Amino acid sequence: MDLLSRYRNLSVLLLVIFAQLVLLAYQVKSNQDVRLVRVWAVTAVTPLARIVESVRSNTVRALENYVLLRNLMDENRRMKEELGRLKVENQYLKSELGTAERARALSVFQSRNPSRTIAARVIGAGTGANSKVVFVDRGSTSGVMKGMAVVNPDGILGKVTAAYPTASQVLLITDPTFAAGVMSEKHRVRGTLKGLGQTSCQVDYIHNEETIEPGERFYTSGDDRVFPKGLPVGTVTVSRNGNPFKQVYVVPSGLQAGLEEVLIVLEGVHQPIPASDKAAAPGIQLLPPPPEDEPAGAGTPSGGRGTGTDADRLREHYKAVGAAQGHKFGEGLPGSKPPNFNLDPTQAKPAPAQPPASPPKPAGGSGPAPPAGTPAQTAPPEPAPRTP
Amino acid sequence: MREMSDHILIGSAREGRSARFPRWILLLVSLGAILFQVYVPLFFQFLSYLELPLLVTLYFALLRRNPVSGLFVGAAIGLAQDSLSHQPLGMFGIVKTLVGYFAASVGMRFDVDHFAMRLILGFFFFFFHQFFYWVLARALLGQQLSFDVRQTLLFGLLNAVVAVLFFHILDKLRERS
Repeated sequence: MDLLSRYRNLSVLLLVIFAQLVLLAYQVKSNQDVRLVRVWAVTAVTPLARIVESVRSNTVRALENYVLLRNLMDENRRMKEELGRLKVENQYLKSELGTAERARALSVFQSRNPSRTIAARVIGAGTGANSKVVFVDRGSTSGVMKGMAVVNPDGILGKVTAAYPTASQVLLITDPTFAAGVMSEKHRVRGTLKGLGQTSCQVDYIHNEETIEPGERFYTSGDDRVFPKGLPVGTVTVSRNGNPFKQVYVVPSGLQAGLEEVLIVLEGVHQPIPASDKAAAPGIQLLPPPPEDEPAGAGTPSGGRGTGTDADRLREHYKAVGAAQGHKFGEGLPGSKPPNFNLDPTQAKPAPAQPPASPPKPAGGSGPAPPAGTPAQTAPPEPAPRTP
Repeated sequence: MREMSDHILIGSAREGRSARFPRWILLLVSLGAILFQVYVPLFFQFLSYLELPLLVTLYFALLRRNPVSGLFVGAAIGLAQDSLSHQPLGMFGIVKTLVGYFAASVGMRFDVDHFAMRLILGFFFFFFHQFFYWVLARALLGQQLSFDVRQTLLFGLLNAVVAVLFFHILDKLRERS
């Protein structure tokens, strides 16, 4: 006992080593595990491992989210810049496309319109708060003269008020000093178009008795000697009676699509005002026009189905009877043989002309008298069958 | 040379006094070391050569300067390490028991607060731990394990360096007397 206490440390070491050797030997010998010790160790370690793993995964996820968010922010910024650039590019392409379409429309209008025109581009606007004046890039060197009309495919725009060598001043139809002769499409009412300094114009000098309907279109009448007849002017928006003339307001059709390219009419050719296209009126349905009527006389022997009265049809029947029997009405002497009105003119052969049998009676007779004893004398002429 | 040996050997009562740690520190650091060896190599394979449970055993044994306490700390940590391995219980337990005992015995004679001593002891006990484990595995379990001396020396040096840093951190947890 003294020996153990003297070598206490060494004894404890040997004891612990021996115990572990026994434990090890037991496991090796029995090929069994000491589960309890492992359960303790695992139970002690795994909660910490779970906490550490949770902290690690959350930290990694947070870092990933941060990096991802930062990347997304960078990408978002890049995409915004790209979007802005594409918007600008798109706007530019749209503008180019619009310019090309307007140029094509001008070209088509120029080729179809009989008037000789020259294309011009608006390069500036005139000064003055209320004035509606623009400058175009064609002048006297291009043949432009003061008083020429300025139009586009949609309608009239104005007239040249001053022609310089390289540019011209154009007074727009919305200017208060502008005036032009116009005519309505449907009722052919003439008036004078005047600018109001606004987007719409007024058609003046139309009597209240005249009929102007909203939606009706106005065309140039050619009366002003500036605009050729038949160019579109605008559409009526308001039409009401006034004193002393009717108040008619028109929205100019030529200015609706902007004002960039125009045509200057060098030599105007009048055109007819197109017929009213009522079908184009909104909210109204019109049937197409009826087909042509059948020709008169078709389907009836006497041609009585055509237009006309019963007397007309009877006259036609007598003509046919006379032609079938070689008789000419009005040529025979009084008392000569009349044609047989009972014969069917389609089957009767034409008879040779007979000489008058007796001299004409003295004046006072009403007509040729039929010979006595002939069936024609006894049988009065039957009226021609009435055709339905 | 004599001056150097005076610095390493315990020269005063203060240097020979054993360090005291709160029990929860002892438990938590031991569990943390085992957890480190179990968990961290999943993500950093090269850290599997770091024998942190051995360093914890060494530290507590050196500073407690009590062979019985040191051997029990070594046995507990070794058995816990065995429990999480596929080997029979007792292999790491026996080895770390011996390490704890001898480290506490060394701590009674040397100034283990000196970093050079910690470096040397860390290197030595790592080599001892690996060699003795290899001997036990061959002798008791009949396993034909290879023992690469050069690699073991290299890892010993690595663990010794880590031990110096790790012991410095653990010094902060000591109770001030």
